[in-house]
Amino acid sequence: MKHKVSTTVNGRRHEHEVEPRLLLVHYLRDNLGLTGTHIGCDTSQCGACTIHVDGKAVKSCTMFAVQAEGKSLTTIEGLAKDGELHPIQQAFWDEHGLQCGYCTPGFIMASAYLLSQNPNPTEDEIRRGLEGNLCRCTGYVNIVKAVQSAAKTMSTAPAKKATVAAGGN
Amino acid sequence: MAVTQLVGAKVHRREDPRLITGHGHFIDDFTRTGAAYATFVRSPLAHARIKSIDVTDAAKAPGVVGVYTARDFKGQLAGTHPAAPAFVAEKKYVPERFPIAEKEVTYQGEIVAVVLAESRGQAADAANLIQVEYDELPAVMDVEKAMQSGSPKAHEGAADNICWDLTYTGPEVSDAAFKEADVVVKERILQNRVAPVPMEPRGVLAEYEGFDKKLTIWMSSQNPHFIRLFVSGSMGLKESQVRVISPDVGGGFGSKISPYPEDYLVPALSRIAERPVKWIETRTESIQNATHGRGQYYDVEVAAKKDGTLLGMRMTQFLDVGAYVGTFSAFQACACLMAGGAYKWKGISARTVGVLTNRVPTDPYRGAGRPEATHLVERMVDLVALELKMDPVEIRRKNFIQPQEFPFTQNFGLVVDSGDYDKALDRALELVGYEELRKKQAELRKQGRYLGIGISTWIELCGFGPSAATAPATGGIALVESAQVRVTPTGAVLVYTGTHSHGQGHETTFPQIVADQLGVPYDSIELRHGDTAEGTSFGYGTYGSRSLAVGGVAISRATGKVIDKGKKLAAHMLEAAEEDIVFEHGSFHVKGSPDKAKAFGEVAFASYGMNLPQGMEQGLEAVAYFDPPNLVWPFGTHIAVVEIDAETGHAQLQKYVAVDDCGNIINPMIVDGQIHGGAVQGIAQALYEEVVYDEETGQLKTGTMIDYMLPSIGEIPPLILDHTVTPSPTNELGVKGIGEAGTIAASAAVINAICDALSPLGIKHVDMPASPDKLWHMMKEAGK
Ligand code: FES
Ligand code: FES
Repeated sequence: MKHKVSTTVNGRRHEHEVEPRLLLVHYLRDNLGLTGTHIGCDTSQCGACTIHVDGKAVKSCTMFAVQAEGKSLTTIEGLAKDGELHPIQQAFWDEHGLQCGYCTPGFIMASAYLLSQNPNPTEDEIRRGLEGNLCRCTGYVNIVKAVQSAAKTMSTAPAKKATVAAGGN
Repeated sequence: MAVTQLVGAKVHRREDPRLITGHGHFIDDFTRTGAAYATFVRSPLAHARIKSIDVTDAAKAPGVVGVYTARDFKGQLAGTHPAAPAFVAEKKYVPERFPIAEKEVTYQGEIVAVVLAESRGQAADAANLIQVEYDELPAVMDVEKAMQSGSPKAHEGAADNICWDLTYTGPEVSDAAFKEADVVVKERILQNRVAPVPMEPRGVLAEYEGFDKKLTIWMSSQNPHFIRLFVSGSMGLKESQVRVISPDVGGGFGSKISPYPEDYLVPALSRIAERPVKWIETRTESIQNATHGRGQYYDVEVAAKKDGTLLGMRMTQFLDVGAYVGTFSAFQACACLMAGGAYKWKGISARTVGVLTNRVPTDPYRGAGRPEATHLVERMVDLVALELKMDPVEIRRKNFIQPQEFPFTQNFGLVVDSGDYDKALDRALELVGYEELRKKQAELRKQGRYLGIGISTWIELCGFGPSAATAPATGGIALVESAQVRVTPTGAVLVYTGTHSHGQGHETTFPQIVADQLGVPYDSIELRHGDTAEGTSFGYGTYGSRSLAVGGVAISRATGKVIDKGKKLAAHMLEAAEEDIVFEHGSFHVKGSPDKAKAFGEVAFASYGMNLPQGMEQGLEAVAYFDPPNLVWPFGTHIAVVEIDAETGHAQLQKYVAVDDCGNIINPMIVDGQIHGGAVQGIAQALYEEVVYDEETGQLKTGTMIDYMLPSIGEIPPLILDHTVTPSPTNELGVKGIGEAGTIAASAAVINAICDALSPLGIKHVDMPASPDKLWHMMKEAGK
């Protein structure tokens, strides 16, 4: 039996009939074609699938699509606005915070949530805040740097910070 | 190379805008209209006879297109899994391997059936309905026992489990050295089996177009041309009928070099079912089936004089090959040839033994053989120092190959091209604050605390490689590299390389080289790779830190050929002699008269016109193959500082310094990134990672990211990096590889630090992974 699910994703409304067992991450990727959200595990360890659900970072493989009913979602594709990179995206680019880039959308989304909660995190807070995401390429060194540098940029551009806290819509 | 603007600069990566915005193209992002999805049914047992496979219910399940077993592929695929000679020219026993098991399964995860359905979910549902009856056989798990004559066999009916047993140099080679010795130290050193775990699992999408007899394969691969070679051969197609496209690759670390069963089965299924077929590996499938790394142990003896002079080494590598021989499995035997490290030895005796077990095959994993060699020699040197009560720095300095001795022919006849080992060591000691740390250590010891400092003065051979060495090792194909440079009429430059980046940033660094050489805007240059339908007829892939040192040089040479043709044409246009044309900063001019000049773009445009010198063909493009005269030899020093908590056994990595030398640097940001990631992989092998199978049943116990411990962002301290620059004399760019260096260096630094910390307890050696539980037990035992 299929269920109806209606969501707002990156500011756009969507309605689909889906199987109840369909994971949110598969819904985003297969039904909406938003393939920036990645799948790196079967056990909710890697965080490659991290998105924002009503402004909060969520591993989208831990939710069924039907659980997103009525919710507002932001994926990595919704972060850049008007052709301008989000400061966190820019910082990952500037600081070489990615190599293969597979974990990156998840890290950026998790970092965006972290900075929305704690705009000036210490290094330790960054490390604790991103513990749910795994990267096999970077040794995390430049990911930490990227988040630090984004925090700096964003504290001088408060408008952008507010956008993230509101779930990017 | 000429004075440059971009080479050596921190150029931001071109690949990043798409990757940071969610617009990368990874294998699971591709599909084809009408694609069916495949789910593989895999053996839950490590070793068993297949009695029967009942697919009746599965075949009737909703959405199922077909269910297939070994029989269905018999007419579709031919031959056995390729096993390259690598560093073991002749093997005693290479079990036949068909991509899908028919009568016997030999590791947990081996494929026995496959379901094709309209959706992933339906394929997975139906796969659960397949009934396979097995007769369980004893699993061969312990390498040492597997070598004994009465051991059960990993493959029924085999004479034994010995895949190879090769003595490179016999005991006589080190006899004199051992006779002279004042001290001999012995140790058995384990190399824990680890899983590469790229964050993107593997995947294959294949479309066979029956009327055109053309096959297109999209897959996540480090090595698309070799895959085309193997798959076309097995499917009875010409290489020209097969196109392999490897798009953005989400990490590989060696696990995406060799062909896998699915790489044959998915294309064959597309031909059978007459529609595109897609399969994406799950994480558990990945840990279970992607080739593992390491999985070895070494018996080593080292002879030295009282004053710390190293004399001789005797070592045997015992390598757990797994159930089948990985394509480049025997590459790992290069650990024997590199066992001497950065030091001078009178004699080294080396033997490698490859042993079959009922585990997934091992194959190269970041560093492949060279991390093992470094770990072994750096451990042994520390053990000698401990025995002689010498400082580990002093013993290293005493035995280093000296700068003036390069090129240095080492014990196995390999020629180390260049090095300055003291320089990197000095810098690392300075950065870590060695003297201070030793004082602090003495203080803490008085308080009963365990601080350790571990040094790893690593060297590496990479950049595979010279045709004379590599063609026999692959069975005929020399691992040189190809490049093509094409200049369009408007002066845009397309560069094609046979290497293929999986995170290394080639789209950025290779155009940096070309931009400087041609003197044209960086933005007008585009790098293409990963598609066998583009560029030269063969490419050799990315592994063994070869892309820049072989591929980059090929690109530079192809660019040189373009310039040469440009000079001829410019001479004609400027009515000057070709010898009088100078090419500088993107412009051809007549020697001595810089205003008599033609810009590169003008010459490019003219090359497509009608006014060419007699006999010159239109166009401006060139192909080059680079066959390097030698391998390249990076080196460096890594130092780890570790404190061990006596209460918990937890080894806290407090500081980590890495000073590396990869010759000239194209993009320092990318080099540092490679060191970061590489070092963390080595640190993780030393402290956390291990693939664990049940020793009786062969059940994989670490098949998910819950049980297999990858380091997370919380575990790793900031790394302190620096470089020395000793250009390689082997190629005109003066470059060496850096992709594997971090991993090669790191495990030895960490374990040496732990052993140093625990030396007051009389603990001399600790095997990897040095988990809290292991250390706690060792400390408790030693304290008794
Ligand atoms: S896919 Fe790994 S946490 Fe969601
Ligand atoms: S950049 Fe490759 S996994 Fe993080």
